[in-house]
Amino acid sequence: MPSAQEPQPNEAEGQSARASARRRLGKFDLSSQGPILGLILLAIVGTALNSDFASLANWMNVLTRTSFIGIIAVGMTFVIISGGIDLSVGSMVALIAGSIILVINSLATHIDAPVLVVIVGMMVSLMMGAAFGTMHGLLITKGRIEPFIVTLGTLGTFRAVLTWLADGGAITLDFGLSQTYGPVYYGTLLGIPIPVWVFLGVAIIGTVLLRRTAFGRYVQAIGSNEQVARYAAVDVDRVKILTYAFLGLCVGIATLLYVPRLGSASPTTGLLWELEAIAAVIVGGTSFKGGSGRVTGTVIGAILLSVIGNILNLTSIISVHLNAAVQGIVIISVAFLQRRRP
Amino acid sequence: MSVLASLTRRSALALALGTSALIALPGISAAQEKVNLGVSIPAATHSFTAGIVWWANEAKKDLEAAHPDDLKITVKTSSGAPEQANQLQDLVTVTGINTLVIFPFESAALTQPVAQAKNKGVYVTVVDRGLTDPSAQDAYMAGDNTAFGKIPAEYFAKKYDGKANIVALRGIPTTLDNERWEAFTSVIDKYPDMKILDAQYGNWNRDDAFKVMQDFLTRFKDIDLVWAADDDMAIGVLQAIRQAGREGDIKEVFGGAGAKGMVKTIMDDDNPLIKADVSYSPKFIYEAIKRTAEARLKGEELPETTILPSELIDKSNAKDFYFPDSPF
Repeated sequence: MPSAQEPQPNEAEGQSARASARRRLGKFDLSSQGPILGLILLAIVGTALNSDFASLANWMNVLTRTSFIGIIAVGMTFVIISGGIDLSVGSMVALIAGSIILVINSLATHIDAPVLVVIVGMMVSLMMGAAFGTMHGLLITKGRIEPFIVTLGTLGTFRAVLTWLADGGAITLDFGLSQTYGPVYYGTLLGIPIPVWVFLGVAIIGTVLLRRTAFGRYVQAIGSNEQVARYAAVDVDRVKILTYAFLGLCVGIATLLYVPRLGSASPTTGLLWELEAIAAVIVGGTSFKGGSGRVTGTVIGAILLSVIGNILNLTSIISVHLNAAVQGIVIISVAFLQRRRP
Repeated sequence: MSVLASLTRRSALALALGTSALIALPGISAAQEKVNLGVSIPAATHSFTAGIVWWANEAKKDLEAAHPDDLKITVKTSSGAPEQANQLQDLVTVTGINTLVIFPFESAALTQPVAQAKNKGVYVTVVDRGLTDPSAQDAYMAGDNTAFGKIPAEYFAKKYDGKANIVALRGIPTTLDNERWEAFTSVIDKYPDMKILDAQYGNWNRDDAFKVMQDFLTRFKDIDLVWAADDDMAIGVLQAIRQAGREGDIKEVFGGAGAKGMVKTIMDDDNPLIKADVSYSPKFIYEAIKRTAEARLKGEELPETTILPSELIDKSNAKDFYFPDSPF
């Protein structure tokens, strides 16, 4: 932390000047505090409009429903910092959800151990996510195709395959099995829902990976200047593949938490989640151009986005037709709060 | 898969027709009366359109079996308005249809292509959404969106003696959704003790309905009835109610459309919150194809507008609305 120690004399002059400028601004450094400030403001407004907003039950609802997008957004943070993008995550959720429901349903007819079957299903979810992510990484690095194009392609493909598997309808978990699987979403530990714990865990792992490991530094180096990173002997391809694989794994985790909620997957599952996840990352202060970003910012960004919807549902001061407009204005305002100095 | 199956089935049929025509060469003048019917519908991208595709293929199967010599049905699906317009041209020029049943993606974009088909002498039945220029169609058939909103409102009013707190979900902002909503509120407004606490869009989607219902449950401590306005949304609503442990104070949830899972629940009476539904079945495409084909075979015209009624589904008649093989 810059405030903790004096700049070393051998540091570049520009950098030390910037660091001291930042120190002078002290706690009013809006560019990193924007999202949390926005969230606090929203919480005040929400509580003023409806006192139930501040209730523990409501916060648990909000955090639980944020956990899917939030977990995906943590993975997305790495991809975006490295200068990439993944548009396919929503479709990937749909395809993995449908696939594991089919796997669980069919295994259950052969094996009479529902808990084991559900665990196998959860493992399949993680493996599919990691495999899809790795495939993206390989196509982007070894195949030398733009990430936008690769993931735009799979965005359509994943959802189409799910629609085909579901024959256009919904794939539904058998009732007895959804009773077994249910606690993974609806269960609580120390009064806090399981998905919130998992979200917290993923966020901590993400923070440590980004800030405390060589991998995290490579990701940031590639995002700020890929060519220089290559000259510095960073195995750029390998790091990039790993970021997509990590995102895929996050999608797998989100999906295994999502499936027990409604016990079904349909062609509308995960629709537009990619945009929500990307928005959470950017609102959270990660640069869309890559190079720098924070996992904690992403977590706050994701919570902020679902709090807006929550407040709108808890009040009826404006026409429901304008909900999306309010969301849009809040997103832009928060982005304005944390804008970078040129 | 079903498209492939119908494709092979179709070519087999064409082959059979071809050979029978060759054998019965002298009788070719009789074959001119044949009805060559094209069906143009949206591809199966969600459960409702999947139901449309399934019922269209059922109609083809049943009707071609009933009229093996003088009826041929071609079912085409498309995933957007431009594709549907191209398909329409192919149906007219390549398949040589003389009768068309079309479920247009968009009213405005398809009006011109349909008008061109009609100008070439094709008899046109338009299903679900009308064209911007009604002269481009010979007949129009649609589900009853007014009844879709009116039936649940009347059912609530009657069953709960005109006294209840209601929360409602809406679909996606469209004219169709507005029609249903206006029909619902116009009935509820007649009962001063029936109150709509709030209505929010759930986008005809389970996940969104789940979130909206969670927030309604946080916001309102006294909810009697939920008009979920769609069977998919009702599933999300039921999960949210169960999670909040509010099965006790909420008396009933009313979906809409008559999806098979919902109809089965009503039939077996296995959820105390689900007692009734209103039909808005994709089966109307079956009716439209059947009525059009039969009228054309007799050389008759269909009435200009036919509204296929929506009906209240409850335990007494649920089995008439239960089609276990349909994807919807």
